Amino acid sequence: MRTALVVLRKDLRMEMRTWETVPAMVLLALVTFVIFHFGLNRDTIAGQEAAGVLTATLLFAAMLGVNRLFVAEREQGGFDAFLLAPVDRSAMLVAKAAGLFIFLTALEVIAIPAFKLFLLGPSLGPVLPGLILILVLANVGLAVIGTLVSAIAVHTRARDLIGPVIGLPLLIPALIATARAAGPLFNAGHVSGAPPGKWLAILALYDLVFALLAYAVFDFLLED
Amino acid sequence: MHTTYGKGLRGLSIAAIVTIGAALALAFFYAPLDANQGFIQKIFYIHVPLAIVTLCGFIFGALMAVQYLRTGDRRWDMRSYVAIHMALIFGIVGLITGSIWAKASWGHWWVWNEPTLVSYLIVLLLFCTYQPLRFSIEDPERQSRYASVFAIVAGAFVPLNFIAVRLAQQYVHPRVLTLTGGNLPGSMLLTFLVSLLGISLLYATLWKYEMAAKNARSQVRRLRRTLLGEDTMRPVGRSAAPS
Repeated sequence: MRTALVVLRKDLRMEMRTWETVPAMVLLALVTFVIFHFGLNRDTIAGQEAAGVLTATLLFAAMLGVNRLFVAEREQGGFDAFLLAPVDRSAMLVAKAAGLFIFLTALEVIAIPAFKLFLLGPSLGPVLPGLILILVLANVGLAVIGTLVSAIAVHTRARDLIGPVIGLPLLIPALIATARAAGPLFNAGHVSGAPPGKWLAILALYDLVFALLAYAVFDFLLED
Repeated sequence: MHTTYGKGLRGLSIAAIVTIGAALALAFFYAPLDANQGFIQKIFYIHVPLAIVTLCGFIFGALMAVQYLRTGDRRWDMRSYVAIHMALIFGIVGLITGSIWAKASWGHWWVWNEPTLVSYLIVLLLFCTYQPLRFSIEDPERQSRYASVFAIVAGAFVPLNFIAVRLAQQYVHPRVLTLTGGNLPGSMLLTFLVSLLGISLLYATLWKYEMAAKNARSQVRRLRRTLLGEDTMRPVGRSAAPS
């Protein structure tokens, strides 16, 4: 656990000093909103459509973060150093997934208000707690699967291609659940603010299964 | 290392041919015509077994991959590769036959409100990345290891994906034939089970054939290297298949 914290702190410090990943993710999300505005030819959207737009946008932005996740380790010998150190290999998975989770949260802190400003019709206030719950669960799924896929892709020749190409199908069930859970929240008449429990349960189950699976197989991706 | 995979291949091939022949005969001459869909419903006896065998093939490949990671024996990776490779081919044929059936009975080549179809497509899309992934890793040992990790994750993804997609449908298309529902008449069920057995045997036969071929090729290479010396060998090109 301490190793994971050290790696995580290193990643966060690197991000704070270079600002390479999170600003790019935010920018991509904003541009995607603009594209959706013109693509759908709408000033405001609501309901399931809004949920779909938000999910797709977050997914695209997340893919940027996923692609960058292990680049520094590979280029600057971080993998070798980590393998030389007498530490638990799974610490790398925990640290990277936590880092990606933090990046995604930072992205959403900016992207959700921007989404409301640019596209979303109904007001966000009453449904915000429910939306946060959905996004937290979605972020866990994106972070775990993103880390796993990134660790597979980083050692391949076509790593920019392999990452998204494997990651997108793997994420489809989580994205279905995210979009379906968020859909009712964006309906104009929705007052209770509670997301549908069925989809939250599926999302949580998906997160749990893939977290355990990633934990089980991650060691084999670092071995050398 | 001298397993040849050729043992029992003839018997298995004959069994597969006979069972598939029997299944076709049953489908055309014994099973009754479906009241709603008529003759086109007979594609069910090919399509559904293909789909089931495909999914089982993916899971089978994942189990072989677990064995590879546990033992580190490259033969398990070869088995996993061939299992997934064969399942992919069966899967694409299954998708095409499914599309034909959908066109004939629902009027569209593709329908989104049939959860089994959609989940099947997603699983197939995921496994289509198996070969590109292998191809883009040069080191053979790492290729096997990463491909095994992928096969395990993707194998676990199969059932999860089916649950998620099934729940995502607003309504399930009314189905003439369900395996769980008791509305499949006995004669149709028998025909279906025989074709399922036939397609499974076909899968097993083709799996064994490819294993035998890959194995023979690597043994020929090894012998040639020993007899003719290292420098007469042409370098092997980069390949998605384990060698």
